[in-house]
Amino acid sequence: MKQFHIPMPVRYGMNTILIIALLLVGHLLMESGVLPRAHANNVIQVGFFIILAVSLNLTAGYLGQLPLGHAGFMAVGAYVGAIFWRSGLLPDGASIVVGLLFAGLVAALFGVMIGIPALRLRGDYLAIITLGFGEMIRVLINNIPTVTGGAQGLLGIPRHSSFLVVYICVVITCVAVHMLMKSRHGRAILSIRENEIAAESCGINTTYYKVMAFAFSAFFAGVAGALFAGNLGILVPGEFGFMTSINILMIVVLGGMGSMAGAVIAAAILTSLPLVMQGLAHFHVISYLPGASEHIVRYILQWIAQHRMIIYALLLIIAMIAKPTGLLGNYDFSLSRILEKLIRRRNVGKAEKGGADHG
Amino acid sequence: MLYVSQLINALQLGSIYALVALGYSMVYGIIKLLNFAHGDVIMVGGYIALFSLTALAFPPVIAALITVAGCTLLAVIIEKLAYTPLRFAPRLSLLITAIGISILLQNLAQLIFTANPRSFPTQMLIPAGSITLGGIQLGFVPLITIFASLLSMAILTFLVQKTKLGKAMRAVSEDMGAAQLMGINVNTIITFTFALGAALAGVGALLYAAGYPRIEPTLGMMLGIKAFVAAVLGGIGSIPGAMVGGYLIALLEVLVISMGLSQWTDGAVFLILILVLMVRPTGIMGRIQMEKV
Repeated sequence: MKQFHIPMPVRYGMNTILIIALLLVGHLLMESGVLPRAHANNVIQVGFFIILAVSLNLTAGYLGQLPLGHAGFMAVGAYVGAIFWRSGLLPDGASIVVGLLFAGLVAALFGVMIGIPALRLRGDYLAIITLGFGEMIRVLINNIPTVTGGAQGLLGIPRHSSFLVVYICVVITCVAVHMLMKSRHGRAILSIRENEIAAESCGINTTYYKVMAFAFSAFFAGVAGALFAGNLGILVPGEFGFMTSINILMIVVLGGMGSMAGAVIAAAILTSLPLVMQGLAHFHVISYLPGASEHIVRYILQWIAQHRMIIYALLLIIAMIAKPTGLLGNYDFSLSRILEKLIRRRNVGKAEKGGADHG
Repeated sequence: MLYVSQLINALQLGSIYALVALGYSMVYGIIKLLNFAHGDVIMVGGYIALFSLTALAFPPVIAALITVAGCTLLAVIIEKLAYTPLRFAPRLSLLITAIGISILLQNLAQLIFTANPRSFPTQMLIPAGSITLGGIQLGFVPLITIFASLLSMAILTFLVQKTKLGKAMRAVSEDMGAAQLMGINVNTIITFTFALGAALAGVGALLYAAGYPRIEPTLGMMLGIKAFVAAVLGGIGSIPGAMVGGYLIALLEVLVISMGLSQWTDGAVFLILILVLMVRPTGIMGRIQMEKV
């Protein structure tokens, strides 16, 4: 029996409608003021952490390297975007777009700069050199106060990171990375992860693809950085230390290296965890719990909200021991695939029924 | 005179870096793991030293022994709980686990001891005072630091080069499978390597706390990263390389600070690392390994 496939245009149409519907719902929720400020801010934060995680996933998950300096690219993008926006060269609307592009491009340039020397190195050494570059960027930002405000920070950045802007950036990032990975370039990147020497002997220019993956990844990290700046309104170099890089890596690893759906889900969960726990602790239902258990549950929830890093670290260790491929492994969510499966199952059911009638 | 005192500074700092770098290097040499948690073992060692000197009021020698033993025990527990189950997992998973342990230790320390830095009573460990040699004043702290680390490194070199255990260590790092076939208990050797590295870290923790008396949960992070850079610079996996790398990094730092550019020290350290790795991708004394499919 020929398997049922949803035709390509229908798939694209379906996904586009879904994206627009989500945008409308989100926009309505955010702008109408139904959501409290903290929650609205959390949604924005989830947005740029998704971009950071998806972009890191490109080098960590698909290319199979371990970059430890993602916060460095984010910092470059954040400062470039912030300085551009502060200068007020263009009217607001154009300024947002150009600023984001500019932030991404400069960060990508840094990505290429790091990618080229890193090419001679493999595995652990590459991890170290990216760590070194990340720290150097932070030291650099700290020490050119005339441009970046130094350790005091850069103030008065226009708050450009509205839900609309962040959402569109998230969608563009996910679509771009998805399309890259479905193309022949994406397959080349995957082959480098699987076996670099074998890939090279098959005629894949590993140098070129490694630099490309680094540049792509840095571009989106830069965009996320600019969004970060536009959300906070103030930048201090301390924000972009080694721990931030590790935080992003943690999202990617827990979500599943090489799974975009995993990166998105993990970014949402890990970023919202403190807020959710705090919210649960004040939830009405808990007060119906009998006796002392009410206080215990509340205490535990609040403890998790305050010490989330301990939980994350434990999760990271347990995940590596129990399921080293992360939450979703390299499974990726596809709406059309699920629909196809459902339709096929129904068709099979019908066919069996039809057969029984005849017999 | 100024140069000599700067040199003493560099030697003091370099001794500590070298001790810590040795821990990274030995572990890498044997299971190819960048042990990110090493710096945080030192942080825990700093707290153990602090409390055994102040709260428990032990004499310095006992406190030092407790610190070294505590660090060793911690490293062995970490190795058994977190690294042994991943012996045959991809190396990336192992590295991520090490990062997880590092974050866990830092945050647990923050939970237990709060994030506020505590000052370390150096005088209770090493008496204040100095000797004058040819017009140069030498404090007891740098002198003992340099002497103690040289002694530790000499003991380590003896252990690795002259004893049967050391021979087994070198064999496992050369070829784990072949060593196992020769009747070497690989698990014991790996645990021993971790213990040895952590014991050196314990000594490093004492000397670091004495020289830079400020104990805080993030203490291990920058110290760890610098020592780790030293190990990579010297050629990770090589014991003399780690020593050379440690002293080189310290010399560079002191040089940059004495030029009045103290804010750029971290940058300079990483710049040198990148430059060296670009010219010699396996560090100064590392062996270049061919990779096969």
